[in-house]
Amino acid sequence: MGQVVLKGINKFYESVHAVKDVNLQIRDKEFVVFVGPSGCGKTTTLRMIAGLEAISSGDISIDGNVINALAPMDRDIAMVFQNYALYPHMSVYDNMAFGLKMRKFERPEIEKRVREAADILGIGELLKRKPRQLSGGQRQRVALGRAIVRHPRVFLFDEPLSNLDAKLRVQMRVELKKLHLRLGTTAIYVTHDQVEAMTLGDRVVVMKEGVVQQVGEPLELYNQPANKFVAGFIGSPAMNFAAVTVTEADGSLIAENSGLRIKLPDEIAQRLRGHIGREVILGVRPEDLTVVGSADLDHPCFDAVIEVVEQLGSEILLDMKVGESIMVASVEPTARVRVADKLRVAMRRSRLHVFDAQTEAAI
Amino acid sequence: MAISAVSATTLREAPPPRRQRLLEDERWLAFVLLVPTIVLLGMFIAYPFIRGILLSVTNSRVGMPGDFVGLANFYKIFNDGIFRTSVYNTFVYTGVTTVFKLALGLWLAMLLNRNFRGKAFTRAFILLPFIIPTVLSTFAWKWMFDPTFSVLNWLLYHFGLITGRINWLGDPDLAMISIIIVNIWRGVPFFAISLLAGLQTISPELNEAAAIDGAKPWQRFWHITWPLLLPVTMVVVLFSVIQTFADFQIVYVMTGGGPANATHLFATYAYQIGIGTGLLSEGAAISLAMFPVLFLVVIIQLLYIRRVEVR
Repeated sequence: MGQVVLKGINKFYESVHAVKDVNLQIRDKEFVVFVGPSGCGKTTTLRMIAGLEAISSGDISIDGNVINALAPMDRDIAMVFQNYALYPHMSVYDNMAFGLKMRKFERPEIEKRVREAADILGIGELLKRKPRQLSGGQRQRVALGRAIVRHPRVFLFDEPLSNLDAKLRVQMRVELKKLHLRLGTTAIYVTHDQVEAMTLGDRVVVMKEGVVQQVGEPLELYNQPANKFVAGFIGSPAMNFAAVTVTEADGSLIAENSGLRIKLPDEIAQRLRGHIGREVILGVRPEDLTVVGSADLDHPCFDAVIEVVEQLGSEILLDMKVGESIMVASVEPTARVRVADKLRVAMRRSRLHVFDAQTEAAI
Repeated sequence: MAISAVSATTLREAPPPRRQRLLEDERWLAFVLLVPTIVLLGMFIAYPFIRGILLSVTNSRVGMPGDFVGLANFYKIFNDGIFRTSVYNTFVYTGVTTVFKLALGLWLAMLLNRNFRGKAFTRAFILLPFIIPTVLSTFAWKWMFDPTFSVLNWLLYHFGLITGRINWLGDPDLAMISIIIVNIWRGVPFFAISLLAGLQTISPELNEAAAIDGAKPWQRFWHITWPLLLPVTMVVVLFSVIQTFADFQIVYVMTGGGPANATHLFATYAYQIGIGTGLLSEGAAISLAMFPVLFLVVIIQLLYIRRVEVR
């Protein structure tokens, strides 16, 4: 079992309020990812779960038992650190066996567990080596092995892939996912990389300035972001935002600013009835923008001028000037576009997002 | 460097003068740069050392050149009771102080490695005994151990621990203990600061990982901190052993080797015989007797450092 519950967790460093009232229920066998920009409190939260950081207020419990006062070693957790934290003077075998030795396991049992973990991770050949003789990817595996041998209730990962190069990171990401499917141990994973969060997490917790912004499955965050921050943080290239004023004309709602004037589709118009005459923020993802020949009657359209064309092979990113602001569109690689082209661009109406200009919450 | 040198010469139109061309040659340049060091080392290390060896095999005294006498001086000092006491004293002095300096220094370093208010100030403050000129601080200690004015006696008396005066520097054993205390007091800061520097190179994550792995505080020290600190510890200990083995100032100021030659070390006894009584050659022989031990220590140190570097 490995059910983790955070109840009203706060962390103060003298005058800094680093983590603000975090409430979260993590189910057994679940893979939960904390994601956010640096300084958002995600690592601090993880360290509080590990017992490396004191909890200022609130309760953390594992399988129903409050563990606030327990030392890290009594929490039955294992942690993988960003810099691996391998013991440099010990061999790979001893690194993996250390936790078991400290817990007074019998030798044959230690040997069996280390071999087992080494086989799973494909590092059986490296057991006699010292950490400094290993590549970054191999060190990462040893760090994982050290966590696995313990058979803990919860794995904690603190940005474990951020020291690897891009290619290896993608590879290890896949292996981590497989490992979790195989072991089924509850995992709490911290990263600043939204791609890692989306691909690994059963559920993702987006944090900013110590506050949880949204908790949900990856696609839920992508399709129904709770606020402008989540909308902009999840997805690459990031969502386009435009501040517009809502007005009413001929019974339908119009959103406009200096470069944009669109008729809002009915489903959004209904939600914006209360905002007539006020400013709201319109959001649309680059892949929900399409270049159209002439006026598209089904979807809201606007005019744009191409400023930069980025050929990515699988798609083309267009940086377009729309009035005073810049919007990015992702279009088919076969599109024939050149810098300074004037285009008519349509927004897929079902994929429009609107946010309150003051609170930035989704409307 | 080579590239900039080449471009500098090609830029010039006329061929450079001869002297400059010589300096462009790396072999010449190396030689020129090494000369000051060679001269200094030769004048202040090699010459006195060779002169000392030459002196030790003659019967020179102050004002008398003397003749070659072979190993007579060495034969003489090995049969000298005071010399034997000095050898014994030097080993005891070095051994005891090193153990205490290491233990206290490590303890202090671990304390200073924690986070607390006024950390930077305390760290600087700790260094004081190391910064004050040894002779001055030793004079202060001499007063504290003075039989009449001793503040230590006064304290012990007031707390009711003693009834009469303790003659710290008048009793052979107490005098030895006194100079050992002063040496420890003076040496601990060096250990503490060096070991603190070593501790700071150990990533805190290792201790955290070990804590999660189930290691209790003393297990973390024994399995993680101590082995990782060992290279620094070795260097500091060996360095301190060399310094302490050849110590002079503390004993010279505190006891002058007394009472009744009971606290002489190699250096103070060599000074007393060579300069005090003017038997230059015999004094030289005594100081040279330190050489084999120190040589061994240096060899161990170099071998160890090389092993650590290879690792």
